[in-house]
Amino acid sequence: MRRALPPGTPRIAIAIVFLLLLVAPPFFSSFLLALLTQAVIYAILAMSLDIILGYIGLASLGHAAYLGVGAYSVGILATRHGAGFWVTLAVGVLLATAVAAVFGLVALRATGVYFLMITLALGMVVWGLAHRWVSMTQGDNGISSVPRPDLGLPWSFAAAVPFYYLAFAGFLLAFWFLRVIVRSPFGQSLVGIRESESRMRTLGYHVWLHKYIGFMIAGGVGGFAGVLWAYYNGFVSPADLELATSVEILLMVALGGRGTLLGPALGATLIVLLKNLVSVYTHRWLLILGGVYIGTIVYAPEGIVGALRQWTKLKGERAWAGK
Amino acid sequence: MGRKMIVSVLAALVLVAMWEPGQAWAQKEPIKIGFLAPMTGGAAQVGKDMVNGISMWLEENGNQIAGRKVELIVEDTQGQPNIALTKLRKLVESDKVHVLSGGLFAHVGYALAPKVDEYKIPMLYPVMAADDLTQRKPAKWVVRNGWTSSQPSHPFGEWVVKTLGYKRVVTIGIDYAFGWEVVGGFQKSFEEAGGQVIQKLWPPLGTTDFAPYLSQIRRDADAVFALMVAASSLRFPKQYQDAGLKARLPLLGGGTTFDEFVLPSLGDEAIGGISPLMYSAALDTPVNRRFVKDYRAKYGKVPSYYSEVCYTTGRWINDAAKAIGGDLENREKFLAALRKVEVPDAPRGPVKLDAYGNPIQNIYIRKVEKKDGELWNTVIHTFPGVSQFWKYKAEEFLKQPVYDRNFPPCKHC
Repeated sequence: MRRALPPGTPRIAIAIVFLLLLVAPPFFSSFLLALLTQAVIYAILAMSLDIILGYIGLASLGHAAYLGVGAYSVGILATRHGAGFWVTLAVGVLLATAVAAVFGLVALRATGVYFLMITLALGMVVWGLAHRWVSMTQGDNGISSVPRPDLGLPWSFAAAVPFYYLAFAGFLLAFWFLRVIVRSPFGQSLVGIRESESRMRTLGYHVWLHKYIGFMIAGGVGGFAGVLWAYYNGFVSPADLELATSVEILLMVALGGRGTLLGPALGATLIVLLKNLVSVYTHRWLLILGGVYIGTIVYAPEGIVGALRQWTKLKGERAWAGK
Repeated sequence: MGRKMIVSVLAALVLVAMWEPGQAWAQKEPIKIGFLAPMTGGAAQVGKDMVNGISMWLEENGNQIAGRKVELIVEDTQGQPNIALTKLRKLVESDKVHVLSGGLFAHVGYALAPKVDEYKIPMLYPVMAADDLTQRKPAKWVVRNGWTSSQPSHPFGEWVVKTLGYKRVVTIGIDYAFGWEVVGGFQKSFEEAGGQVIQKLWPPLGTTDFAPYLSQIRRDADAVFALMVAASSLRFPKQYQDAGLKARLPLLGGGTTFDEFVLPSLGDEAIGGISPLMYSAALDTPVNRRFVKDYRAKYGKVPSYYSEVCYTTGRWINDAAKAIGGDLENREKFLAALRKVEVPDAPRGPVKLDAYGNPIQNIYIRKVEKKDGELWNTVIHTFPGVSQFWKYKAEEFLKQPVYDRNFPPCKHC
């Protein structure tokens, strides 16, 4: 039992999960496939929030806004102007980045609970806009009949399996992109700012600009998730932008482990599956979800991936001591 | 240990992958009805009334339709459109249901309709009342056996002028599509009959304190028309009375303002409230008396309109299935049969569909009264056989935009 984990085990485990996500889905039941598609889209969203929460070190309660901006870009452009996938994708991501650029100017002046409250208010502004700007968003009724994208490829994304692969490709792209960012000197300095803002400032880093750029990247990737979400559901409504969504994304990141990228993706998958599978069996599913949150906070405050990392590290040290 | 963990993760994934429910129904297999309703969240009580309604019909009929056993599968929408879409996928793709029903909020109805058309599985909408679902944006596979939001409002507006003699009315409606349509329908026929809406107030969905709105109400009106839903129906009448308005301005309302769903929780402040709807638990017909009595015996409360429409939905599916000899697998035929159903003796009265797929049914003007210590919606007038267009010509009616916050415009404000 005291055996150390062979080196590289986590990496092998991750590789196997990725491989399974690539190979297995065509054999899943279509309902499970639909949930998995939801999960990878939410994983993109949770990873983007992780840039703010895990790397900049600020808790934002307005992340649903970027999902909304991306989703409404698709809803409006695809149904009213017949725009194709690439156009809606570009507009959705750029618009979400632009919104983040404006929100960042306002929100990044504050930290801690004040940042939380400002982002919450800004998120509600976008929700209010979706709710009230009826001529543009069709208000409370939402925009329905958003067609699935046509990429000019020989297969149709209306079917569940191809669309899953599209979403999964989006997930891989987002994961790769964010990984490059957090591993770059820029990402490292974000971590530095998270740990000690004053020290980084003394060292001559432009702290605010770093945070601001990180915030915009998070917004843009959030918008990307929104684009996929709108195509997946075929429907956009203010319900997607509610505070509850922002809270849920935050919980996904906390559950999986902030500052780990893959953790939030895992958290998103778990919550999507729990929410939809458990509620099939019991109407008391909220109790179970609540139990999971409390369990995480008490036993794994660094989230699942954080706890796993600590555990493997501990095992390694013990084995080392044994030798 | 590490290898063990990987193995168990693998095993779990394989198990999940194999989790594929049975396929290929034979003729004798049970009829599966997929039912969507909010079972958690703010509207859970309404969801319960809905499920009670359809369950009661099924139990009364031995869980049999056209000689086949019936399986009712209830899924929780949490009142959210995206969850409803996911659950719809589950019902169709995993459970392979033959027919769908349920749903509460209008935006859920709009979200589901295109998906239902894509699946080509008939879905009955007993509750979701958004006007355009059977007017400007109809869906082929959606059969609405409930109502449109503005349907009861049309005859009511004219009746208020002609019978009650009120000429100047202030409207206060919850600010979303359902509210706009109920208030809009009222305003249209009320003003055409010579009345004037002199002020329109729109508190947002979820408002609990109406004081800021009540203090704005113009005191030179003859009456107030209020459209409340769910929790706001619970609070509004009391606050209306506390503001000293009840004694000065009679309170009219949309059907949901004084629904049976809230009446047991209201006190004397609700007495005298007048509202139109296609159902009242106090409706004095043998069918309804029996329905109310049995429902009370079973669930311990008076049925609301939500219960009645879902109860009748059970019957609706049954009648259509019988007409085609229980062959629900032939979906086109089943859909056609669903559209042809006529229920001459539902608890709410006779119901059949118009050419646009919305029920033609009686609209009752109801007044809240106290009988044996309980509040009831006494029926004081009946408009027989009202369609969603009432006295208007369908083609002309459809030329006007769907009712919203600013349509009809407030000319007399």
